[in-house]
Amino acid sequence: MKRNRVIIAFIALALVLFPLVVKSDYYQHLVILALMWVVIGGSWNLLAGYTGQVSFGHAVFFGTGAYAAGILANKLGISAWWGMAFGGITAALVGLFIGWVCFRLRGPYFALATIAAGEIFRLIATTWESLTEGMVGIMILQTFRSKLPYYYLALFLAAASMFVFDQVMKSKWGFYFISIREDQDAAESLGINTTLYKNVSLLISSFFTGMAGAFYMNYMAFIDPHVVFSLHYISIMAILVGIIGGVATIWGPALGAFIMIGVQETFRSSVFGLAPRWVSQSHALVFGLLVMFVILYMANGVVGDWPKIKRLFLRRP
Amino acid sequence: MTVFLQSLVSGILIGGIYALIGIGMTLIMGVMGIINLAHGQLMMVGMYITYVLFAFLKIDPYISLLVSMPALFLVGVVIQRFLLNPLMKIEAILPENQVLMTVGIGMVLTEIARFIFSSDYKSTTTTFSSQVLFLGSISVNAPMVIAFLIAVALTLILFWFLLKTDLGRSIRATAQDKEAATLMGVNSSRITVITYALGAALVAAAGTVLLPIFYLFPDIGGPFTLKAFVITILGGLGSTVGAIVGGVTLGIAESLGATYFGMQYREMVGFVIFLLVLIFLPGGLKRLTKI
Repeated sequence: MKRNRVIIAFIALALVLFPLVVKSDYYQHLVILALMWVVIGGSWNLLAGYTGQVSFGHAVFFGTGAYAAGILANKLGISAWWGMAFGGITAALVGLFIGWVCFRLRGPYFALATIAAGEIFRLIATTWESLTEGMVGIMILQTFRSKLPYYYLALFLAAASMFVFDQVMKSKWGFYFISIREDQDAAESLGINTTLYKNVSLLISSFFTGMAGAFYMNYMAFIDPHVVFSLHYISIMAILVGIIGGVATIWGPALGAFIMIGVQETFRSSVFGLAPRWVSQSHALVFGLLVMFVILYMANGVVGDWPKIKRLFLRRP
Repeated sequence: MTVFLQSLVSGILIGGIYALIGIGMTLIMGVMGIINLAHGQLMMVGMYITYVLFAFLKIDPYISLLVSMPALFLVGVVIQRFLLNPLMKIEAILPENQVLMTVGIGMVLTEIARFIFSSDYKSTTTTFSSQVLFLGSISVNAPMVIAFLIAVALTLILFWFLLKTDLGRSIRATAQDKEAATLMGVNSSRITVITYALGAALVAAAGTVLLPIFYLFPDIGGPFTLKAFVITILGGLGSTVGAIVGGVTLGIAESLGATYFGMQYREMVGFVIFLLVLIFLPGGLKRLTKI
């Protein structure tokens, strides 16, 4: 336990000092994105890993948060920073509605309903041009030119979300969530209001994902429906971050976020310019292969299967 | 009135092909209890096979059914045998591993197609491509009618197979109760392989007959996967008759939606139906008919 605390303190210190040591905008940008994915992956993990409701549609909450902030700035002229709170709340409201519709379904059916929800939101954002500017997307002015404010905000969001998820999972709610995942009927017969607690889990999850979306709007200063409501690059990415790191662990998604951003960027930049150019087009292919590999050989992710991985490497001298 | 009838007829025609797509999905759903999210991508592969045969060997798309269906049957066997069945033995926290696996397969198929053919739009022409048939004041184009007829024929053959042959009965038995079927001597892991392969072959057929009508590009799979599961939910999960009704309903709804609300709402119509079904009729049309 004590050793764990030392490691956590060390990681925290390293992350706080990182932008002061590494001045490159490019690497700072990558870590900012990874920290944002820590928030999204953790949110997905709360709902899917702990509560057992596998969502294929986290892009809904991400996109809603981003558009809430964007529309605030674009239509009402209010700073998109207000969207950080507003985006989270809007996403949580959307989450409530989706919960009302989708929690009638169990298991794989729930997963499907969330995909459909994601597609519906993407189509709405594309067609409702008077509100969302349609395919043109929303563009705002970035507040800061330096990456530092964004970096520390992302770091704060990531730390805050992990703290909240940890506290929730240590509370009574956490045990309810796990009991729903393990056996919904048994949980129900023990007097747990499963629908209520599934919604609670979804609410927390969608709130943080919405905040991450609003942060994305502020940071990137440009969104369009194909980016923020993307099935592959948001919803599936959230799942990947969760399962590569390890579902139902607090540290899994955090580790997964850094792994995924690393893999994505390595391939997008053609292994940092060393490999031929066509490699840069293969990052989606690598994603797909990674999904297949992880599911077949590391079903519980790096954190979950850590003992297995350690054994694999220790066996060889 | 003519506009309405025109939309209705084209809706029914495209609906027949949607039904063929939906049946494959619902068979897989029934036997394995998973939704195959690589369904549209398998169709895309079938379309590219047809396209290659047409572009390089000048084989008529309808004849290449004889190639695309067996080819996709094999692809299906490989996927089920080496990627999906091994997952049954793996202990994992999330039960949706197989669904996730199909998502991964779908992505890989799309990207491989993009590597080979790039993102360009491709199309084929047949001798009837530009022919138009008239039914009173309603016009329909010939490839659509042929596609519809082939879809109907394949559906009838499938029904005969499921109802009359030993293998078909084993598939239905596994769908009803896997354990009971295993106890009766059905090799259930072999049945899952055959079912998945059959589903892949059917959707390949749908892709092949659609090729003369639609433009082909690597990302065409995604929207069709979504359509396929809208159909399955609409018809009731695991119900083949439901898939037919669901497919035709979706076809008509899309066609009417495109006529009366505008082209950009065409895709939306399916999802609105999907939501309405989930809210008001969970269980789909199967609930109403008890088939």
